[in-house]
Amino acid sequence: MISRYATLIFAAAFLAILVTGPLMADDEQVIKVTAKKFEYSPAEITLKKGVPVVIEFTSRDRLHGFNCPGLKIRSDIPPGKVTTLRFVPDKTGTFPFHCDNFCGTGHERMRGMITVVE
Amino acid sequence: MEIDRRAFLKLASVGSVVFASGLDLTSRGSASGGNDFFFLQLSDTHWGFTGQAVNPDSERTLKKAVAAVNGVNDQPDFIMFTGDLTHVTDDDKERRTRLAGFRDIAGGLKTKNVRYMPGEHDAGLDGGEAYREFFGETRYTFDHKGIHFIVLDNVSDPSSSIGPNQLEWLKADLEKRDKDAPIVVFTHRPLFDLYPDWDWYTRDEDKAMDLLTPHQNVTVFYGHIHQENLHQTGRIAHHAAKGLMYPLPAPGSVPVKSPIPWDPKQPYRGLEFRGVQERDKGEYTISEFGVKGEKL
Repeated sequence: MISRYATLIFAAAFLAILVTGPLMADDEQVIKVTAKKFEYSPAEITLKKGVPVVIEFTSRDRLHGFNCPGLKIRSDIPPGKVTTLRFVPDKTGTFPFHCDNFCGTGHERMRGMITVVE
Repeated sequence: MEIDRRAFLKLASVGSVVFASGLDLTSRGSASGGNDFFFLQLSDTHWGFTGQAVNPDSERTLKKAVAAVNGVNDQPDFIMFTGDLTHVTDDDKERRTRLAGFRDIAGGLKTKNVRYMPGEHDAGLDGGEAYREFFGETRYTFDHKGIHFIVLDNVSDPSSSIGPNQLEWLKADLEKRDKDAPIVVFTHRPLFDLYPDWDWYTRDEDKAMDLLTPHQNVTVFYGHIHQENLHQTGRIAHHAAKGLMYPLPAPGSVPVKSPIPWDPKQPYRGLEFRGVQERDKGEYTISEFGVKGEKL
């Protein structure tokens, strides 16, 4: 009997994970950002304050970086894989970001802006 | 040629003292019994840079600075280039051409005790491989008249990091020093968060500072930002030098960092090198020199 109850509990828990997982993902803003010498696409990103965000980075050429000091978030962007960065914007405003892995002649131009609105 | 000098700084702190300079170069050595010494810091020469609006004399600026240094009446004990010897190029062959060009010009310095370190423009794209072919290791130490000098590489790693291996090397070196021994650290990037939005920091700077802070007599000289800047971290003073190709704006003063355009009415404005005179244990006098030795 105990075994049967345990099976039911595990099944219920598994079902809950299946159900709540997608619901949590649905609540996130998903932004796909491509990095290449020497630009981000998109370079301007608008987010909502308090709404969880996942940025999915891909690099088309070499190692780049993403650093937004104003929001205290950063990530490496290596080529050949999708790199995700999750965070919750906790304040409104405009926050510049830049590549912080030295990537070549246009490195210092590789910049963008995050705008967080209410 | 006798170089004119301008006082620009006066700082007093527990561990390191920098005095405004009013001394003539020819008087060095007489103030403290001859044990003091004098070195020059040249930084951010960016050999290979071209841009009429920024520096229409880019082909000759470094050569003029070398001529000015050679014109100093009393030659320095040594000369230190604190990185970005060359301007960045994505072409490995061109990088070596620029490094060779810089080496040839610097080879014309009368003083032969010349020391180098890379900036990210020299070493950030190939891990310092080409730089090492011309100038040797990117990190090293040396001693001169009782001062221990540490050259830290925070540019060969493209992530602007010193890295765990080098931090271990730094730790091992510092463990050999008395806590009150005078130490000078040369870096290219600042070892503090000067302005992270412009990449003016070192990612693992805190780890380096944790190692340096217990030492009572540390002074840092760096480049990278193409302007004078003084920052104090406890007892440790951090001094940034101007560059010799183009000046950059003050941290955060403009939305996007870019070189300050050339002013025909004030050619070479913002392009300087500096002299550092050790006067006593941990006490330094800093002087600024124009590219051509003109009065500033």
